[in-house]
Formats: sequence, C-alpha cells, structure tokens
Amino acid sequence: MNETAAHQSDHRRTLGWVLLEFFGSMNLAITLLVVVAVASAIGTVLQQNQAYPDYVLKFGPFWFEAFRRLGLYDIYGAGWFVGILAFLILSTSVCLYRQVPGMLREMLRFRANVQARSLRGFHQHAEWRLSDHGLDATQSAVTEVLRARGYRWRAHDGGEHRVVAAMKGRYNRLGYLFTHAAVVMIGIGGLLDGNLWLKLKEWRGEIVLETRDLAARDIPPASRLAPGAVPAFRGNVMLPEGAAANFVFVRARDGFVLQELPFAIELKDFQVAYYDTGQPKSFVSQVLIHDREHLGEQPMEATIRVNHPLTYRGYSIYQSDFGDGGSKLDLRAWPLTVARLEPTEAKGTVGSSLKVGGSNGALTLELDDFRLFNLLPEPDARPGERKFRNFGPSIGFKLRDAAGEAREYFNYMAPVQLEGRWFFISGMRAQPGEPFAYLHIPADPNNSPERFLRFNARLRDSDWLQGILARAVPVADESQEYRRDLERVRLSLVELFAQGGTAAVAERAKTVVPAERLREASALYLNILRDTLAQIFIEVLREEGVDVEHGVGEREETFFQRRRVGAVRAAELCLALLPATERFSTGGGFRLAGYPQWWSQRGLHRLCFIGHRCLYHVLYFASPGVGLAGDRGGDDPADSGRDRQPPPSRICP
Amino acid sequence: MAVTREALLEQWEQPAFWRCLTIGDGLWMLLAAAGSILVWWLYRSYMDGYEIAIQAGSTLGLIAWGLYWKPVRLLALAVAVLATLALWRYGADYALRHSDFWLKYFLESQVAFMWMSALYVLATVTYFVALLGRSDFIGKTATALTWTATIMGLTGLLVRWRESYLLGADIGHIPVSNLYEVFILFALITALLYLFYEDRHRTRAMGGFALLVISGAVAFLLWYTFDREAQHIQPLIPALQSYWMKIHVPANFIGYGAFSLAAMLGVAYLLRSGVEARWPDGLLARVLPPLELLDDVMYKAIALGFAAFTIATILGALWAAEAWGGYWSWDPKETWALIVWLNYAAWLHLRLTKGWRGTPMAWWAVIGLLVTLFAFLGVNMFLSGLHSYGTL
Ligand code: HEM
Repeated sequence: MNETAAHQSDHRRTLGWVLLEFFGSMNLAITLLVVVAVASAIGTVLQQNQAYPDYVLKFGPFWFEAFRRLGLYDIYGAGWFVGILAFLILSTSVCLYRQVPGMLREMLRFRANVQARSLRGFHQHAEWRLSDHGLDATQSAVTEVLRARGYRWRAHDGGEHRVVAAMKGRYNRLGYLFTHAAVVMIGIGGLLDGNLWLKLKEWRGEIVLETRDLAARDIPPASRLAPGAVPAFRGNVMLPEGAAANFVFVRARDGFVLQELPFAIELKDFQVAYYDTGQPKSFVSQVLIHDREHLGEQPMEATIRVNHPLTYRGYSIYQSDFGDGGSKLDLRAWPLTVARLEPTEAKGTVGSSLKVGGSNGALTLELDDFRLFNLLPEPDARPGERKFRNFGPSIGFKLRDAAGEAREYFNYMAPVQLEGRWFFISGMRAQPGEPFAYLHIPADPNNSPERFLRFNARLRDSDWLQGILARAVPVADESQEYRRDLERVRLSLVELFAQGGTAAVAERAKTVVPAERLREASALYLNILRDTLAQIFIEVLREEGVDVEHGVGEREETFFQRRRVGAVRAAELCLALLPATERFSTGGGFRLAGYPQWWSQRGLHRLCFIGHRCLYHVLYFASPGVGLAGDRGGDDPADSGRDRQPPPSRICP
Repeated sequence: MAVTREALLEQWEQPAFWRCLTIGDGLWMLLAAAGSILVWWLYRSYMDGYEIAIQAGSTLGLIAWGLYWKPVRLLALAVAVLATLALWRYGADYALRHSDFWLKYFLESQVAFMWMSALYVLATVTYFVALLGRSDFIGKTATALTWTATIMGLTGLLVRWRESYLLGADIGHIPVSNLYEVFILFALITALLYLFYEDRHRTRAMGGFALLVISGAVAFLLWYTFDREAQHIQPLIPALQSYWMKIHVPANFIGYGAFSLAAMLGVAYLLRSGVEARWPDGLLARVLPPLELLDDVMYKAIALGFAAFTIATILGALWAAEAWGGYWSWDPKETWALIVWLNYAAWLHLRLTKGWRGTPMAWWAVIGLLVTLFAFLGVNMFLSGLHSYGTL
C-alpha cells in the first residue's frame, strides 16, 4: 500500500493521470453499478419497443415526448445506457490496469530484500531466538515449519543475515482478477456481438437500411451485405417446407438489411410433437445445407432442435419461430351484416390471400395462420386454479379493404364449452396491438353455428320480417290501425336492434319520448323487441323443421335467452353485442368456419435463421483476407424462399 | 524469547493433506464413489455425455464437501438410504404411492415435502425458544430438527426426480424446472448454508433468524400447493430439455440462499444493535448473536453467494446462446439477475475497498433481499418474458 502511494505521488498531475484517477475511482465504479441497476430496472417495468401510439395513450403527449427523448422505449439500446455500460467497462479496465501489475508482483515475487529494522516496524511481528543453532540450521528449521504450513518460501542471503520470505494464498487474488477481467471481456464481447458492425457500416455510409416491404431479390445492393462483410450478425429468414434461402434479414431500428450467406439452407421437414397435455414436446427441423464450394453437389443433411443448433462454417443456425406454412383450408364465409342465408364457399391455403365480396366493395381475405392446438387457461377454473384446456384448432385471418385497412380475426373452429353450453368463439380487432373482442356464437344441436347465422340473416331481411310480423295472431278488439302501427314499430325496432343493438333502441326512445316517460317507454320498447325477437326465433326454428306447435323445448329456450344470471351468452345477447363488434369493421363482418382438408403439424413452417458466431470466431473473422465468397441471390434456384418481409426479431422457441 | 527447534516444530507441525486423511475419510470417498457409479450404472441409458460429466463433477464435489465438512457424510448417507428405500418400494409403479405404507406416509415426494415443511417451522420456533430460554438442550433439538427437515427435503427431491420418470420416460427430468420445485431447493440450500455456519462458529444464536426465511419459503410453498395446486409434475417444454438446467438452476439458488441468509443475519444485526443502544443490560442484548459474528458471517455469505451467482449468470448466458440464439436478450429475469448481481457487487466493493461495516451494510443486506425477492418472485408475478416457467 505504502509503496503504491509513494509511486503515485511521483506522477505529475497530468490530464491523463487525472482521467485515470477518475475512471479508476471506486466511487465512480459503485455509482455506475447502482445507476446501471436502476436503469435496467426501468426497462423491465416499462414495456420496451411497443408501438409509439400505445405510449402516447399511456403517458399523454408531454410525458410521451419526455420519455422518448430519454430513450426509455428502447432503454437497452439508448445511447446513454450503452454509454454508461461502456464507462463501467472502462472503469473496470482502468482498475485492472492499475491493480494487476502490483498483484502479479505480489503473487510472483518474494520480497526478500528487507531490513530487520523495517520488519520490526510492521504492525504484526513476532520474534524468537533459536540460540543453539547456526544460520543454516535455523533456516532449515524455519523453512520446514513454513513448508509444513503450506507456505512457499525463498531465502535471500544478505551476508551476515538471511531473509526467508514466504507466502501462501496467493491464488486468492485470482478471484478478483478473473471476475474483473470477465466483466471487461463480457462487455467487449457484448459490443462485438451486437449490431455494432452494422452501425459502423451505416455510419460510414456503406449500407442503407431498407424500410420497404420488398421481396429479397428486389432489395437494392445498397442494403445488401455480402458474406463476410461484417464479422458478426444476427438475422432471420422464414422458410416454408421445401424452400431454401441463402440470405437472412438483419433487423435494425425500423428497417432491415439483407445479409447474404455463403451457402443455402433448405427446410426439408418440420415437426412439432406434443405431450398428452397439449404442451409442445419438441420442435424438430430437418434441413439441407447446399454449399457447392465446400460440399460439392451433395447437400449436407442436418437436424436442428431447440437447444441443439446447427453450426456450419462458423454460422450457428437456430429455429426461432414457426407458423403455418400452407395448410389447405375449406372455408365458408357468412357476412354477418347482410341478409344472406347461405355461406360463400372458398378454398385457400394458409399464407395466401383470396378476393371476397363485401357489402361495400371488394375485400382481400388474407389467411395468416392455422393452429391445430390452442392450449389456454381454463376459463371455468376456480379463481387461482391453474388448469389448461385445449380449445382445438383455430384460424387467424385478415380482411383488408381497398384502402388497405385491415381487420384481424381469430376464430376457433370447434365449439367450446363454457358454463355448460357450447359456443363458437370468434375474435376480432381493428388494431394489431389491441386485445381481441370476442363474440360467442351459440352452437345449435347439430354443433354448428348455422341456426344462429340464419337467425341473424333473417333479422336483416325486411321482406321476410314483414311477412312474419303480419302473421301475428290478431287480438280481438284491436283496431286495424293499431295493428299496423304496432307492426311498424316492431319492424323498426328489429331493424334498429340489428344495426345498433339495444343501445340503438334506447337511443331512439330518447329522441321520441319526453324525458319524464323515458324509463317507462324504454322498458316497453325492450319488451316489444324481445317478444318480436322471440317470434322471429320461433319462425327460424320452424324453417329449420323443429316442431314448435307446443312451444319450444328447454334447449331452444336456452339457446335464445339468458336464463340464469351469469350464463349471459345466449343468441339474444350475442346479437346485441354483434353491432359493437361490427362497428370497427369496414366491409361487413365475416365469420369463417374453416375445415382443413389435411391438417397436421407439417406444413407449419417458418424457420428462422440466426447467423451468429461465437466470440472466438468473431475475432477470427475480423482479420482481413478471410472474405467468404458466395453467390448473390437472384437467379439461384436456391433463392426461392418466401421472403416477403423480415420475420419478427423476437426469438421464442 | 528462546525456544528450541523441536519446540518450534512441534508447535507448528502440520502434516501434509493426504496424511491427515483418516480411515473414515477413505471410507467416505469409497462409498460416495461407489454410490455414484451405481447410480450411473442404473440410469446410464437416460444420460448423455454432458450429463455423465455433470454427475462425475457433482460426485467429486460431494466427496470434497464431505472431506471439508464432515456432517455432509451423514446427510448423504441418510438421504441415500431413504431415497433407495423409496425407489425400492416404488419399483416401476407410480400408483403404489397411494397404497404402500412407506410411500404413503413418509417417502412419496409430496409427503416428504410436507414433513420437511413441518420440521422447518418447528425448528424455527425451537431455535427461538432455545435462544430466549438459553437452553443448550433445546438448541440441540432445533439443530436436529433442521437436519431432519433437510434430509426429508433432499430425499423428496430425489424421489420426485424418479417419480417424474415413472410418469413417463419422456416426462422425466430433474426437479428444478419450475417455481414449486426451486422453492424447495431454495429452502434446502439456505438451511445447509446456515447449518454450515452454525457448525463452524459453534453458535446456535443465528438459527431462528436463518430459519425464519426458510419458514417464509415453506409458507409460500404450502400456499402454492393448496391454493394453486402447483405441486404436479409437469413435462418439460423444449427450451428446458437440456443438461444446462442441472447446473444453471442450482448455481442460482446457492446465490439466492446465501443472499437470504445474509439478509436475515442483517436483521439480527439491526435488532441487536438497536437493543444494545436501548436496553444494554436486557435479556436480548445478552442472547442475540454478537455483532462481529453477524457482520463476519454476513460478509462470508454474500461473498459465497456472489461467486455462485456470477457463475450462474454466465452459465445462463451460455445456455441462452444455445436455446434462444443470443447470450443476452434483456429478458426481465435476466435483467433482474443482473440487478441483483450489481447490487451485491456494490455491497462487496464498499466493504472490501471502503471498509464499510456494521449498520449501513446490514440495512443494505436486508434491502438486497427485497431486490432478490423481486428477481425471484416479482418478475414471475408482474413481468412476462422468456423465462416464465413458474408463473404464479
Ligand atoms: C443470461 C441468461 C440467464 C440468466 C441471467 C438467468 C437467470 C436466472 C435466475 C436468476 C434464475 C433464478 C430462479 C428464479 O428467479 O426463478 C433462473 C432460473 C431458471 N432459469 Fe435462467 N437465466 C438465464 C438463461 C436461462 C435459459 C436460457 C434457460 C432455459 C431455456 C433458463 C432456465 C431457467 C430455469 C428452468 C430456471 C428455474 C425455474 C424457475 O425459477 O422457474 N435460464 N435463471
């Protein structure tokens, strides 16, 4: 200690020395540790990388802007955060730089050239006299003791005196050394492992981020990286079964660049296996590596599983996500806002899109996803109970109008039992980030949504309705006029209800009835509406061939009406909710019941590729002259991957 | 001072390590090695090369541990005997757990955990009674209870491991895969760390405090079992099917256990220094563990925990590279592990380089437990991420 202090006072207070002192100071290090901890904590509490409008909603415009400037929405990538990390690494390096030489000296060198006087000056010292021995014998006595206690020693002959220096426990220093060196190494590794190289190239103007939604072969050279152009990267590509790609997309901020690979990877087969509980058991991809230069004409076969990536020529390849790669679906589409009784039939494969008609113009139906299993928390579970249920197959699709606005749907294809009754569940949302609004369509005795759909269609069919209402049994003393009025009221109530639910009925009551009679009148309106709906429902049943002469059975009644509190999702209510769900919708809501012709776990296929090399290789590839040759995409037959957009960056096996 | 050479030598003589080994040590090494080889022989078809290496490493670790700290031998022996008994009673039929006497009342993993829970809670109370009543006998009873609880818990974990294979060969896995299982691991590791310091420092005064946090874990475990029914053995999702789990999770929990122990000693420290200031002659000021001891053990526990946690985090990153394709993805659990690590790094730096001691460090250790607790439970409850194997 004394020595280092003396050592330091020799330094003149140059700028370098002041900086060294500052960065090496323990106060700075501890402050940095705490600041990094607090900043990291913020990033886990504030959801990162959400869409900006969500943040505006959450914080209001002022705080949104303040937080945006602080970089809180992508804190771990924010300049100041990376800066602090860099400081921490710098501070640790300086600390190492200053401590290591001294420590090594202490570890390796015996300080044998000391005077007896200065030894006596030490705080901890003891003296013995071995009077009956000479110098050599004393030395051997001392060293024997030292050795027995596990010390290493060195003797120094100073003429008439001898110094034996010994030490023990010098490896305790290694703990310090290794931990601090590891922090520095991990920090530097993290920088190299990240998008640093890409940023560097971007900064030098050698590469431009592509932000358009382009096919791989259309991406301009300015946004392409040749194999080996950067020493490390992390990218994804989506591959349907049977397709191959010799590139990956590397995401950066709001765009991406295309990184070419010196080989092509083909997905032969992808399989998901499940446990009996419905949880996934394994994800396995069979791939082929095509690399003429190194493998010749014969491709290499390999298997990629979770926890078992494939490493080929320094590139590590992982599965990162999967989706349906083209299950064939038979579809029936019912427009919910039009009086059409029969569904439109269509065929499609997942990943493709179809043209369908809507009430106001052509719509594109994009079939996004098909899932065989949907393992979800049990809705009927007691609070706190952890149970899961398989809700069966589902399809996800979008309906896009001519202006490009899309509504997203998520339909469960099989009926689901809730509170003892069966429903078809259909979710819809207008914005990608929103939760789905779910419609519960009661299933009929044939386990089909058809009864409900016919009921719904009939509500929108004025001619038919008029016919039905006119057939209502006349009450003896009613005047002709009264009956006509009532019929008109009933008709308009049903129309209102079909378009705007009970809310619209209440709204209408407000406009026509004075305030003091409003409650009474609304109740009356609703009663009339219910009666009418019940009558229409019975008519629908009759059309279906159900015998309704002696009233409807219990089953039909529960189908139609809410009977118990809690069991709310009867047809009546579903209808009442329909307009609210529908309000988002531009071109008429569709329910799609899809029945895949073949469904299996094959065909679900999106393989993501993360080209990423471990730290050693990064350093290796960084040396000049190891440029990796490779063919550019384009005409290469291997370049046929489905490559519409860069796949999601989140890796979640 | 004049001494003879012989006197000096005699005073300082210490034979080489291998010459200190007694017959007991030799027997221990042989027995542990033989047991391990037997286990390998029985279950080798389930193991890959990494797992065999892990088993060999753990065996060496166990042998060294037993040489360093003798009580481990008895613990290992007791656990081995009980687990063998359970495996023998089971044979290949999981259903026997309802009918076989030994399984039904002692050794089925759930039952063993219940024994463990009850004994830990009992031990906590007993430690405090011993402390306040200053009874050596009751203190010894408390220690015996803690050891027994630990034996039951470890046996339960081993039996559960086997039970998962009885459920189905593709379901079998080491029981450290979800919050329920790691809570048991946490209690056991904390208890063992405490027992070690109790033995080394020859005092039971810290017992009640250390066991308090274990009783807390037990309370959580019971709630988790009876309210959430979390005790069922679940199959592993693909991301967890890796030999890494066997290293990563225990290493993390050595860290958690040590940090919790340190925090409880911090509580004792604060209590004692408060009591000393107010009622210097009261009973509490006499029976509570001395401040220097608490300070010292607190430091040792944090240093040990920090080392384990450092290793665990680095191993976690290596596993992440294999499973998720990146060393670090700022997943909430990862981030909070980093925060815990940074927190104790700051603690150690202040103590080692600035020489901070006493009350502020005790407070910090206690606050550290809150941070650790958030990383452990808070993340699962409030944040979502890749690491959500144990949702509440
Ligand atoms: C940098 C990477 C990682 C860090 C820093 C990390 C950190 C931690 C920490 C602190 C725990 C303690 C237990 C808890 O709080 O619940 C833990 C537990 C666990 N980790 Fe990791 N981990 C990492 C990577 C991984 C990976 C890649 C996997 C597997 C795919 C994994 C699987 C587990 C499991 C199964 C547990 C115990 C179960 C549980 O607590 O619910 N970890 N990890």
